[in-house]
Amino acid sequence: MSSEEKTLTARGLRVEFGLPGGRVARAVDGVDLDVAPGEIVALAGESGCGKTTLARTLLGLERATGGTVAFDGVPLRYSTRALKAYRRQVQLVLQDPTGALNPRHTVYDAVAEGLRIHGISEDEPGRVAEALSRAGLRPPEQFFLAYPHELSGGQRQRVVIAGALVLRPSLLVADEPVASLDASVRGEILSLLLRLKEEQGLGALVITHDLGLAWSIADRIAIMYLGRIVEQGPVEQVLTAPRHPYTRALVSVLPRFSEAQSPVAEPIVLAGELPDASKIPGGCRFRPRCQEVASGNAAAVLHQCTGEDLKILGPEAEPHLVACHLDRSLHGDARMAV
Amino acid sequence: MTLLEFKDLHVTYRGSRGRLPAVRGVDLRVDAGETLGIAGESGCGKSTLAMAVLRLLPKSAEVSGEILLDGEDLLKMGWGRLRAVRWTGASIVFQGAMHSLNAVQRIGRQIAEPILVHEAKTTPAAAAKRAEALLERVGLPPSRARSFPHELSGGQRQRVMIAMALACDPDLIIADEATTALDVMVQAQVLRLISDLVTERGVGLVMISHDLSVLSAVCDRAAVMYAGRIVEEGPAHEVFAHARHPYSAALGAAFPVIGDPAARMNPGGLAGDPPDPARLPQGCSFRPRCAVAVERCGAESPELLEVGSARVSACFVAQEGMPVVL
Ligand SMILES: Nc1ncnc2c1ncn2[C@@H]1O[C@H](COP(=O)(O)OP(=O)(O)OP(=O)(O)O)[C@@H](O)[C@H]1O
Ligand SMILES: Nc1ncnc2c1ncn2[C@@H]1O[C@H](COP(=O)(O)OP(=O)(O)OP(=O)(O)O)[C@@H](O)[C@H]1O
Ligand code: SF4
Ligand SMILES: [Mg+2]
Ligand SMILES: [Mg+2]
Repeated sequence: MSSEEKTLTARGLRVEFGLPGGRVARAVDGVDLDVAPGEIVALAGESGCGKTTLARTLLGLERATGGTVAFDGVPLRYSTRALKAYRRQVQLVLQDPTGALNPRHTVYDAVAEGLRIHGISEDEPGRVAEALSRAGLRPPEQFFLAYPHELSGGQRQRVVIAGALVLRPSLLVADEPVASLDASVRGEILSLLLRLKEEQGLGALVITHDLGLAWSIADRIAIMYLGRIVEQGPVEQVLTAPRHPYTRALVSVLPRFSEAQSPVAEPIVLAGELPDASKIPGGCRFRPRCQEVASGNAAAVLHQCTGEDLKILGPEAEPHLVACHLDRSLHGDARMAV
Repeated sequence: MTLLEFKDLHVTYRGSRGRLPAVRGVDLRVDAGETLGIAGESGCGKSTLAMAVLRLLPKSAEVSGEILLDGEDLLKMGWGRLRAVRWTGASIVFQGAMHSLNAVQRIGRQIAEPILVHEAKTTPAAAAKRAEALLERVGLPPSRARSFPHELSGGQRQRVMIAMALACDPDLIIADEATTALDVMVQAQVLRLISDLVTERGVGLVMISHDLSVLSAVCDRAAVMYAGRIVEEGPAHEVFAHARHPYSAALGAAFPVIGDPAARMNPGGLAGDPPDPARLPQGCSFRPRCAVAVERCGAESPELLEVGSARVSACFVAQEGMPVVL
């Protein structure tokens, strides 16, 4: 499978919600993103920055108000039939395995549900068994008749993943797949995602607010702030040499073994919280909280920070892209620099 | 000086599932001005331990052992004395407490309440002034005293809970998963606030979290709990970076250090669930999930023994000086 094939692409994607009083929340405000089979892309950012809205829109559960979503080069169509066909290729995995499983359904029924919805009756037991073993529940027959309460938290999340795998999709979109799991069980599920990628060429967009998760399994990472991707690139580069002031702040407050290892010398604790998606600041959306503006480091580009919105970052896997006027003045336009 | 000391503490819940030993013989010490972290996964007994300190456990809980606060056994205190100790001696910021604020009462009033209850001489006006000062201390504008909880974000509500815990100037603060639900940046803000308060007021802090990396950022020492027991204790940084118990190692790996090449594309992981306290395995309670177990682990229960300077571990393999990760 070449990486151009079966790629999920978003271009200039926008999703707006009307709020009482005529205000508009720009939950996703211009996003370019590619996810190809055989790669894990992490999408990270603070609560409310638009991650779930982006994921739902990529799956056709939410309609974009601008831009496009396409899979394998074909724009998404929203008829029930077209969406059904699409979801055989791109599957959603939700965060809470307990909420996602019906306590009165056996593991077999939970996993077979996708096949039934799609009217696939051929070799149902074989396909359920295959999905369970791909999700690491082996031997699969032993789990057929189990109920969710008889399984561990990690096993329950594996059943949810098996339910997504049973249709043999090429991509998974996982929204906080381990957030509700215990610390020691997280690794089990992340290892599974990594194995599915390495051994079976599955691609995944993994949404998280945890940068450590990206370090554990992702090839690429996109950092989202207030509806936009502000930095993206290979995980090693973005997390060990972050360039956007927001990413630098996020990375700087993570615990580490010693200060010497931090790419950002001093912890930068940003004041305040993520602004409201209905009041996105003009110019650079990060400016009101930007430590470079506050310290005067950005004085030379301040007029741009205040008055000029940044271009939407392209979806390219390489190079490392940054949406910041200061970074651009120091490094030049990343897209020109290849 | 020892501020808080647990001596052989046991807590057993009696319920529909029979007797459930939630805390099984814990010995721990916190000095004044010291910060102790307690880590461990869901159900290992962290909150039970915290609630035992202020005798907030339900009647179905049988408690034995001693909990000394400033040398005085909390378990033997009369209710009058205990009421005075709550808030002024020790106070707790509970797990999920930010949802437990009274929805129909203004923030300032809620902070002033314990002050009015515990300091008979304080007038309502003076208590209200103190509440405003406390809000300012936790980084919120004093005008927020007039807000209702729903007008605040999660991080702001968590700050209000900390302000309340500080209201009567306690010597000890117990923070039970006080930052767990918060975003990285808001968590960093709250953790910094807690660290500053500890330094500035010299209070003792017991911080409970399932995230060892958070504890290592704030605490001097860390204890790791598994199935109701402490399985490792030592300098927080050391326990996180060089665990001497296989369970602490797995817990540390769950929140890797970014930039650590060993953690890159290697999420680690531990199969299975925490043990059911009603049916603990024989021998070491961690053995069914342990990758380095030896024969002895199935037969005997390991004691907490010294495995280095200021470090103890309840693992036979560590006690032999062998590595606890494969
Ligand atoms: N149906 C909706 N109607 C109105 N506003 C919405 C709706 N869904 C989301 N929003 C707003 O859009 C923004 C993005 O929300 P979203 O849930 O996508 O964020 P998120 O990054 O997934 O956050 P979290 O980490 O908390 O899950 C928020 O400001 C949210 O309030
Ligand atoms: N009131 C109660 N009655 C009976 N059993 C209880 C009660 N409270 C807690 N338990 C049990 O005692 C054990 C320890 O619970 P505790 O709440 O102390 O764990 P914890 O370490 O704080 O977990 P978490 O990380 O999920 O908060 C668990 O098995 C729990 O189910
Ligand atoms: S563009 Fe300006 S305000 Fe925005 S992040 Fe860069 S320096 Fe800060
Ligand atoms: Mg979300
Ligand atoms: Mg608890």
